[in-house]
Amino acid sequence: MTAPVDLASLFLHFLTLSLLSIGGAITTVPEMHRFLVDRMAWLSDSEFTASIALAQAAPGPNILFVAVLGYNVAGLAGAAASMAGILLPSTVLTLTATRWARANREHRAVRAFAAGMTPLTLGLIIATGWLLAQPFLKVEAHRMGTLLLIATTLVLTLKTRLNLVWMVLAGGLLGALGLV
Amino acid sequence: MNRPASLLALFLAFTRLALQGFGGVLAVAQRELVERLGWLSKEEFVEALAIAQVLPGPNVVNLSMMIGDRFFGLRGAIAALAGMLAAPAVIVLGLAALYGQLSRHPIAVDALRGMGAVSAGLILATGIKLLPALKQSPLGRPLAIGLAGLAFVLIGLLRWPLLGVLALLGGMGMALAWWKLK
Repeated sequence: MTAPVDLASLFLHFLTLSLLSIGGAITTVPEMHRFLVDRMAWLSDSEFTASIALAQAAPGPNILFVAVLGYNVAGLAGAAASMAGILLPSTVLTLTATRWARANREHRAVRAFAAGMTPLTLGLIIATGWLLAQPFLKVEAHRMGTLLLIATTLVLTLKTRLNLVWMVLAGGLLGALGLV
Repeated sequence: MNRPASLLALFLAFTRLALQGFGGVLAVAQRELVERLGWLSKEEFVEALAIAQVLPGPNVVNLSMMIGDRFFGLRGAIAALAGMLAAPAVIVLGLAALYGQLSRHPIAVDALRGMGAVSAGLILATGIKLLPALKQSPLGRPLAIGLAGLAFVLIGLLRWPLLGVLALLGGMGMALAWWKLK
């Protein structure tokens, strides 16, 4: 059941996620998935994952996957609404909090905030990778190839200094050749 | 230390930096801002990044604003932010539009599946690479790893909503850290 697309709820959804995106917007991907795919059905599972893959394949900050999600929901207006939503609160907060935080680096509250949030941020990053892999692993025909590709990517990223763009392109090539 | 000559120089430096960053900008940011341009010392860069990471929002976007702000105030922050986002946004939306037309071709779908699997792997690898940071956690390593594992289970396996997990585990983590830092 697809809900009609409206830009205001798109904007508001990303607006609420903005201040939660500690460690980067990528940590709120599971929440975006819940909203855009599970609840509103504005995107399918594979459209959602393809949007993120596309943004990762292109140059620039990873945050632009939000623009692609918005674009795939509602065109350029959707891209503008989602980017404005995800960036407004966090940029305003960053500008106002930066000088204060810089001056109070040793303050107990600042350190407790950082120390308390770091484990959560890492858990969220790994959960995000896990969730992004799910749609590929669900399809029997592609499961083994995908698993191998993910494992290879992990090893290459952790053990070599190979430019990430070559890995993304190689993944695309292997996919196009029907190997994964 | 050098400094950007103008708002335009700031904008162009961040555009150049962003366009080199496939699969993340952070490594490129360090190389360009610290090593090539010399706008920040290594120590200043790490310090700015630590603050950027504590704040919500994309780290590199926060970082660009903080650096712009340092040299030219609010106008600098906006110029750096625009440099970071404008050109890459045009490229990525162009690709998205193209993909919309190509998506009926099975070969494009297959290519995107391969790229998607790689990007899932890249994100997993990023998380794993950063795990050693927990060694220095004032929480102590077992507690920090426990919290990270719990976050993975609640979000990745049980699909709890983020807000609840942030409130529960973030609150727990901060309270424990506050207590341990006494």
